[in-house]
Amino acid sequence: MSDYKELAWQGLWKNNPGLVQLLGLCPLLAVTATLTNALGLGLATMLVLIGSNILVSLVRDYVPKEIRIPVFVMIIAALVTSVQLFINAYAYGLYLSLGIFLPLIVTNCVIIGRAEAFASRNSVAKSTFDGLMMGLGFTLVLCVLGASREILGQGTLFYGADQLLGEWAKGLTIQIWQVDTTFLLAMLPPGAFIGMGLLIALKNVIDNYIEARQPKVEQEAPARVRITKVN
Amino acid sequence: MAFKLASSPHLKVQLQTQSVMRRVILCALPGIAAQFYFFGWGVIVQVILAIAIALLSEAAVLKLRKRPILPTLSDNSAVLTALLIGVSIPSIAPWWVVVVGTIFAIVIVKHLYGGLGQNIFNPAMAAYVMLLISFPVQMTSWSVPLPLAQTPMDLGLTLNAIFGAMTPEQLSIYKYGIDGIAMATPLDTVKTDLSLGLTITESLSKTIFSDGFGVGWFWVNVAYLVGGLAMLKLKVIRWQISVGILASLFVCSSFGYLLSPDTHIGPLFQLFSGATMLAVFFIATDPVTAATSVRGRLLFGALIGVLVYVIRTYGGYPDAFAFAILLANLCAPFIDYYIKPRSYGHRAGS
Repeated sequence: MSDYKELAWQGLWKNNPGLVQLLGLCPLLAVTATLTNALGLGLATMLVLIGSNILVSLVRDYVPKEIRIPVFVMIIAALVTSVQLFINAYAYGLYLSLGIFLPLIVTNCVIIGRAEAFASRNSVAKSTFDGLMMGLGFTLVLCVLGASREILGQGTLFYGADQLLGEWAKGLTIQIWQVDTTFLLAMLPPGAFIGMGLLIALKNVIDNYIEARQPKVEQEAPARVRITKVN
Repeated sequence: MAFKLASSPHLKVQLQTQSVMRRVILCALPGIAAQFYFFGWGVIVQVILAIAIALLSEAAVLKLRKRPILPTLSDNSAVLTALLIGVSIPSIAPWWVVVVGTIFAIVIVKHLYGGLGQNIFNPAMAAYVMLLISFPVQMTSWSVPLPLAQTPMDLGLTLNAIFGAMTPEQLSIYKYGIDGIAMATPLDTVKTDLSLGLTITESLSKTIFSDGFGVGWFWVNVAYLVGGLAMLKLKVIRWQISVGILASLFVCSSFGYLLSPDTHIGPLFQLFSGATMLAVFFIATDPVTAATSVRGRLLFGALIGVLVYVIRTYGGYPDAFAFAILLANLCAPFIDYYIKPRSYGHRAGS
């Protein structure tokens, strides 16, 4: 069981695809102007990641080593197409606002990275769990960034949630404060870069804090052994 | 006649950052006075607010970075940055504009890159561009120069406008001139008129251009020019960057003007309008973010001049110095890499 605990810890914090591996920066920076978009893209990426990890893990013994990358990419592309069609059918508004970044999940390095580094070497159960945790970690970063940019930029939270979750979610939109003018920097790509940098800095601060809190393991000074003979 | 004998070294004491910055600030005073005369109390309020915020945020960052606070605060560099932000934003912009801009300049542009001497970009200009992109409406609403204003603003009204006690409708009165026509800045007016199909001559016949260059702006530029010449005399700045900008802007705009005088602003108008003299002497000459060799500085200045001309003529924004200076800041390390002074005793290029 400790394997799974370790996988969760790696995916959610220690080796987080967004904050530490810095993979998939393009969608991470481009679509996180609102929490709704961030959540939508995060969920889509997570679905693809779990699916591709399962499939790659299933076929890992039958794919020749030399052509594994094209095979993985085809598996991922097929999954992305299904997810894209699915979102097109059930959340058309979100489909429009995510635009090109939905098909671009194919090129998201998190997915091919996990397929190559983890799923092609581990059992199906472990790969599924790894996909879930990595996807969750990525989605969490997307959501934190999206929420902070949305609050700073236009003073709302979960604006347009009904596009993702259906009519009932209209009530989820919260007006944090009323702004006369939107803070465009937070909404534009430079805001995403600055926000991302600050998030990484925050993670490092937390890591340093935790490390400083941990009791120092006293290393026993090895007893001096005389290796040369004195006379 | 006293004949003093002094032993070596004969070099005088080098100027310290603190006194360089203080001299720059003092030399900017004529320009600020001119802005105060033509645009009222707003500029004073903005500068004071900016300086207070700059000192506070610098102290906070220094504390976070565990650096000595007082020595760095007293080098006056934050004060200068704040001063430049305060004079370049519109004098009646709401208070949060200058607060956000100053914090951005000090915390993100200056200290996140390592503090004074390490920053790649000019903090004041990076903040200006950030504000212009984020709050285009507030950043382009200049009040009418006082001599032309229908209802001039006094200190109380200015404070009301800046600290948000006025609705936009009330505020808009102060954008109307004595002829009852809403006014923009000279460069803005010309740009709009050109896009409406008017010629330069027709545009220049408006009230705001009654002295030929745009009321107020000409004298503000002259005042900054005087301050700049004083800095040259005091050897606070070198001449290369300023001359480079002025020359290339003059040449470019003369070409445009000669080719098509109806659709291009004349060279003198380019030199004495908008932020030209302020930027040429006080902003572009920042030693941290500019090129360092003699020829490099000339090239750096020329690059800014060309960029300003191109952006002013073809760009979407009325003034161009902030963008031009940031782009040239990006090129400065590149210029320094390729243009190196010849070392003594070696041939050029070896």
